[in-house]
Amino acid sequence: MAVVFEKPKSLTDAVLHYCPGCPHGIIHRLVAEAIDALGIEGKTIGVAPVGCAVMAYDYFTCDMIEAAHGRAPAVATGIKRCRPENVVFTYQGDGDLASIGMAETVHAAARSENITVIFVNNAIYGMTGGQMAPTSLPGQVTQTSPYGRDVHHCGWPIKVCELLSTQDGPEFVARVAVNNVKNVKNAKKVIQKAFQNQIDGKGFSLVEVVSACPTNWGMTPQEALNWVESDMLPYYPLGVYKDRSAEKEADAK
Amino acid sequence: MKTTQIVIAGFGGQGVLFAGKFLAHKGMSENLQVSWLPSYGPEMRGGTANCSVILSDDPIGSPIISEPDVLLAMNLPSLQKYVNAVKSGGQIYLDSSLINQKVEREDVEVFYVPATRMAKENGIDKLANMILVGKLLENNPELSSDGVDAVLEKLVPPKKAALLSLNRKALLLGKSV
Amino acid sequence: MADKVLMKGNEAIAEAAILAGCRHYFGYPITPQTEIAAYMAKKMPKIGGCFLQAESEIASINMVYGASAAGFRVMTSSSSPGISLKSEGLSYLAGSDIPAFVVNVQRGGPGLGGIQPSQSDYFQATKGGGHGDYKMIVLAPASVQEMASLTVKGFNLADKYLMTAMILADGTIGQMMEPVSFEEMKIETYEKPWALSGTNCEREHNILNSLYLKPDELEAKNFERYERYKLVEENEAMWEEYETEDAEFCLVAFGIAARVAKNAVVAARKEGIKVGLLRPITLWPFPKKPLLALADQVKGFISVELSMGQMIEDIRLATECKKPVALCNRVGGMIPTPENILDSIRKAQKGEF
Repeated sequence: MAVVFEKPKSLTDAVLHYCPGCPHGIIHRLVAEAIDALGIEGKTIGVAPVGCAVMAYDYFTCDMIEAAHGRAPAVATGIKRCRPENVVFTYQGDGDLASIGMAETVHAAARSENITVIFVNNAIYGMTGGQMAPTSLPGQVTQTSPYGRDVHHCGWPIKVCELLSTQDGPEFVARVAVNNVKNVKNAKKVIQKAFQNQIDGKGFSLVEVVSACPTNWGMTPQEALNWVESDMLPYYPLGVYKDRSAEKEADAK
Repeated sequence: MKTTQIVIAGFGGQGVLFAGKFLAHKGMSENLQVSWLPSYGPEMRGGTANCSVILSDDPIGSPIISEPDVLLAMNLPSLQKYVNAVKSGGQIYLDSSLINQKVEREDVEVFYVPATRMAKENGIDKLANMILVGKLLENNPELSSDGVDAVLEKLVPPKKAALLSLNRKALLLGKSV
Repeated sequence: MADKVLMKGNEAIAEAAILAGCRHYFGYPITPQTEIAAYMAKKMPKIGGCFLQAESEIASINMVYGASAAGFRVMTSSSSPGISLKSEGLSYLAGSDIPAFVVNVQRGGPGLGGIQPSQSDYFQATKGGGHGDYKMIVLAPASVQEMASLTVKGFNLADKYLMTAMILADGTIGQMMEPVSFEEMKIETYEKPWALSGTNCEREHNILNSLYLKPDELEAKNFERYERYKLVEENEAMWEEYETEDAEFCLVAFGIAARVAKNAVVAARKEGIKVGLLRPITLWPFPKKPLLALADQVKGFISVELSMGQMIEDIRLATECKKPVALCNRVGGMIPTPENILDSIRKAQKGEF
């Protein structure tokens, strides 16, 4: 019997703890598929965040470390500077990367640390039960913005890709989504590129994955995916925001 | 058993810390126990600077000096700050081209050395500090003037080798005062 | 003294760290310890090491966390306000049971405080600082030579017991120069099977983590950790006694305060007062045994500190309050003079504690 579908090698047999309908499972899989495709499982070291993905260390078969909230890029820097021959990635949420860890994010990017950052943006703090995130949309109702995010009171959402792409440091900055098959397929390609860049020694590569949180958005999984399409993607347009190598090639031509 | 506690004080940029380092290295070359403690912080940037050097036959307890045996003062505020702290029977060396006050104490030996003027006249502008140190060496034979070159070589980076002979000149000038 | 060089305390730490095999330094500038960073910045690129100025103290301690997790000897250094920021990382290092070497060249506090010497981070270093039940090995050098030798010792102990070793120095010891020898330093090496090196697809993956959501597991981890701490307490306490054999009064002081206290002992003995000094070299583990023994001999203790009285609590605990303990202190960057201490000794002789 031909095998038509199987779990990537780089995922353990542990049962994921994520809520029903949560795209973290898809994104884990995409990361693991990239690791498998590149044959780097044995030399990859992953850094888990604080947030819903805190227990990612149980799910990937590579060596894993759990970082303090927001500090994953600094921890990854420490590892990579010691073991440049290894492949180091972080897996972080929006609160982790764009709020408490913004300094670590921007500076790792500025140094063009040769690491891969997977940034899951679902516009909410999931693990703590649905508080406003730095990426929550204007007007978005959360536990700590019960009347909707009032931008005059608590500021505007942070657009990480747009922000980082203005800097000279990063090699590659792209935003993808996992709300439909087409987007998932594209996300897979982009994530693999972000790992390939590291193998090629090109420097800091970040992939923002626009995700969903049906539980804390108070929606069914399908409604949540629809909301990604109707509300999130207009605010967070998909695409490659910076690709230094591609720009150089284009200039050369 | 002999312990000599030396405070060197002046403006930042006068080479106060360097003079102290020289004495500490010199002491080490004489097999004495030594410590060198600088003032540090904002005052180093243009304000007053000082350092404490202890040379001793025995292990040194505190590196902090409250009653110096020797004061090397390179400006008026420094003299005023430390003049009364100097031990009775101690020595004060002051740059008389920058300090036009006399020390009123009679229980200390005072050496008025117009170091800054001498340095200028001899084309070694910034080495008033080492002229004063030269005088100090002359008066403290246990430190001796021997081996000065080896000590200077430790302190002056190879890139600035030209400064070696200038420092030597300053020490000799001080000795001759 | 042919083998000795004249060096600042801060530089001696950096040189000794390199000698101990540290090839990675992550830090953020702060007075009065910046010489360590400057020394590393100059040296590391020439010996195949890595000096990296981080964006903050928080980032730098987390870089240390990553580098140590990778199995390498690594360090950071800072001064009091910076150590407050690093405390988060210190807690995570403890929770993950991996080694680290951290230097605190203390300055006056609280808040931005000042930049002159202080010992007011004693509690922070010995009782925690970060959250949770954990300990660090705290080493208190009193000379430039000890800045070097305790640095090597600190790296060894950190690897041996899988915990953070901290040098708790102060601005004076950091800034002063004394002759120092780097000979006869014993570099120990330990296997690190837990390190993140890549599985090479040949072993189970290593996980370094401080999260245990099941209370019984977290409890077990804590108990296990404290068994290890007990070994440290039993085996690693270090101290120096000076003129204690016949002492009727005992000064207790570490770091620069101990240097001044030694002068006071000499001065007091000239007056015919039998005073000794016990200088803790490790602040954790605290040298409880010799203090308890002295409690049966002396009439009282005087804790000489550059703080409002922090170590004094440990002296009382160690001596089981058998004898009175007086406090002789200056704070804010001030340092007690031998005369200050002598006054306390004279008072103690009159029974005033």
